[in-house]
Amino acid sequence: MDNLTTGDFKIVEEPAKPLAMEPRKFGMWIFMGSVVMLFAALTSAYIVREAEGNWVYFDMPQVFTISTVVILVSSITMQWAYWSAKKDNLQNAKVMISITAVLGLAFVVLQWQGWGQLVANKIYFVGNPSGSFLYVLTGVHALHIISALVFLLIVLVATYRYKVHSKSLVSIEMCTTYWHFLGGLWLYLFVFLLLYR
Amino acid sequence: MATIDIHPQTSTHHHDDHAHEHEHHHGNFWTNYVFSEDHKVIAKQFLITGMAWALIGGILSVLFRLQLGFPDADLSWLKPILGGWLTPEGKIDPEFYLALVTMHGTIMVFFVLTAGLSGTFSNFLIPLQIGARDMASGFMNMLSYWFFFVSSVIMFTSLFISTGPASGGWVIYPPLSALPQAMQGSGLGMTLWLVAMAIFIASSLLGSINYITTVINMRTQGMSFTRLPLTIWAFFFTAIIGVLSFPVLFAAALLLIFDRSFGTSFYLSDIYIGGEALPNQGGSPILFQHLFWFLGHPEVYIVLLPALGITSEIIATNSRKPIFGYKAMVGSMLFIAILSFVVWAHHMFVTGMNPFLGSIFTLLTLIIAVPSAVKIFNYVTTLWKGNIRFTAAMLFSIGLVSFFLTGGITGIFLGNSAIDIQLHDTYFVVAHFHLVMGSASFFGMVAGVYHWFPKMFGRMMDERLGYIHFWLTFLGVYLVFFPMHYIGIAGFPRRYYSWTNFETFSGFADLNMLVSAAAILTLSAQFIFLFNFIYSIFRGKAASANPWNSTTLEWTTPRNPGHGNWPGEIPTVYRWPYDYSKPGAKEDFIPQHIPYSETPESNLPHENELIKLELNNGSIDVEKNKH
Repeated sequence: MDNLTTGDFKIVEEPAKPLAMEPRKFGMWIFMGSVVMLFAALTSAYIVREAEGNWVYFDMPQVFTISTVVILVSSITMQWAYWSAKKDNLQNAKVMISITAVLGLAFVVLQWQGWGQLVANKIYFVGNPSGSFLYVLTGVHALHIISALVFLLIVLVATYRYKVHSKSLVSIEMCTTYWHFLGGLWLYLFVFLLLYR
Repeated sequence: MATIDIHPQTSTHHHDDHAHEHEHHHGNFWTNYVFSEDHKVIAKQFLITGMAWALIGGILSVLFRLQLGFPDADLSWLKPILGGWLTPEGKIDPEFYLALVTMHGTIMVFFVLTAGLSGTFSNFLIPLQIGARDMASGFMNMLSYWFFFVSSVIMFTSLFISTGPASGGWVIYPPLSALPQAMQGSGLGMTLWLVAMAIFIASSLLGSINYITTVINMRTQGMSFTRLPLTIWAFFFTAIIGVLSFPVLFAAALLLIFDRSFGTSFYLSDIYIGGEALPNQGGSPILFQHLFWFLGHPEVYIVLLPALGITSEIIATNSRKPIFGYKAMVGSMLFIAILSFVVWAHHMFVTGMNPFLGSIFTLLTLIIAVPSAVKIFNYVTTLWKGNIRFTAAMLFSIGLVSFFLTGGITGIFLGNSAIDIQLHDTYFVVAHFHLVMGSASFFGMVAGVYHWFPKMFGRMMDERLGYIHFWLTFLGVYLVFFPMHYIGIAGFPRRYYSWTNFETFSGFADLNMLVSAAAILTLSAQFIFLFNFIYSIFRGKAASANPWNSTTLEWTTPRNPGHGNWPGEIPTVYRWPYDYSKPGAKEDFIPQHIPYSETPESNLPHENELIKLELNNGSIDVEKNKH
């Protein structure tokens, strides 16, 4: 592949990579593609099922609006963390990653409270599929957020160990992409659930 | 200037030098053979697990063929193996029969022809043929195998539980699969099926993500997309299809799990059991079929495309001719991959769907005949006037073309919504998909094993045993599946335990007997292959570095390549992979790593132009490195 095995750089032997991208980053994009397909399947199943009638209308819990704001703000702090790392402002990056993690955790807690509101509104997981779908969509999304929180923690630890800096941005870049993606995914779900319920 | 820009790049390449070092320090048994991150070892793990599954799946099919072909036979001699699954009269228990059919389908489609085929050859060939030291992520690759292994263990365990494995058909339609009280197999067996498949999907996604990433990012210098062997194109499309369709099966299975274990009603509504209504209201079983077949149809091509890629390579090599219509081959595979996502409802013509919608899906389905015909045409024209060498791999590849054609033609019948109403769920369907998808893919897999065995184990398989294996299997497959068309047209439904109660069908007793006898013959022939495989690993004739005089990069590695594949530099690629029998050339093949500057006698005018670029390669690359 390359000949950078020793100290001398035999640049001539470097392979031409027309579409070269850091493989891990690329793999992350493909993974997000499969997550898109998962939610596309669930939401289209939702539409198909709704079209068949016998569909109980539900009110979206108020809390979901707050959680939407929270996840949007966390996207900003995440991006801020990435920019800080890019400028080698590691102190700031650590703070921003931590804030993002706290906001992400708050999002999960808010989603949980949203479920509580649903139960108060007599929309149960077991019952008419409209409610069941609502729980599945939000639940599967929350699971992905939790996976992203784990990723955030890994990046945070890496930042403390000086493994994240302007010359080594891959992990924080992947984390940022994933975080924005999940934020966008929630925005999609939120709007979708507002339009079709 | 250039060196300054390159500095940051060196850090991203660290793992590459690391891979390079692997050849020098040898790990212990566990890291070398069990939890290996070497793509070649993982490929062999997939292959051997897949072969074990194929054997199990094949034996299950012979068991239910015994019931269908010889319904009056006394099978009590199978008591030691089947135990309680035999009735006191020595016949197969009807519920166990359903379990046999279900598990045969599940095992063959997912564990053999998805994991066994893609897992083996994508893993083995992608890094070797594109010129990479290993997959993009060896760790993920290892995980992919071990997820598959865990999934296999769970599925295998389900064969031995007292209530039997899942029995609702490999398509696990609810409500049969959703209600544990529906049948024995819908209890624990179905739960284990769903758990195993969820893990299988994770394994498949890990694998596919790796394959796509590796093909796009890890190609060696000069390996442009138009110089990729067709195998790699096929694996690449297969992986993309997998990434897009398996999550949908996961969604379907997730909702089914909720219905089974948590009491939701995604798929259940208005069901009465023993006169009592279930509480589930508002679900739709058709919804499951939509979700399932959105995976299920692309799955057909996940199974088939790798086999088509493998045969493209083998047929070109052994015809000593360039593949006919390289770009048409790539284009038709791309077209098939796209179409595979918009035809799923042709499995559901009889679910009461809107006839207008049915005609749209008919149209889309029939369009698949176009790229498929392009492929068959190109195979035949590649063979045409070639210096054909009938190696075992070549015979199996030609066999694939035959099955693909025979089975493909009946696809045109079944794709028509009007004709499908008559033929739906009859043995005609069984004959169709076993030929076009089952046997064709199986032949592609076997052809691949014969062809790349020298690279996998450094030894040759016995050709004569290969011929015997081929002819017995080829004739056996046709004897099994050709009569099924007639049985199916007569209306004989699939999945039925017994047909003796229907006077109409008693005329088919002898035909069914023939089919069963042929099935036993075909399975027996596989033991020849198994013997050949195991014997040749240890005692086979030592292989030369390039036994088939092939052009692709894997044959430039040492006889037994270590982790990292090439001991020195990775070869640079200068030409496409099908320079066979090029006019003027010294030999009848020019490997991909031979520059045009070394072959002035055979170069075409525009290739002479490329020599200049070959010489300038270095400076061009330094420019590119800046990014």
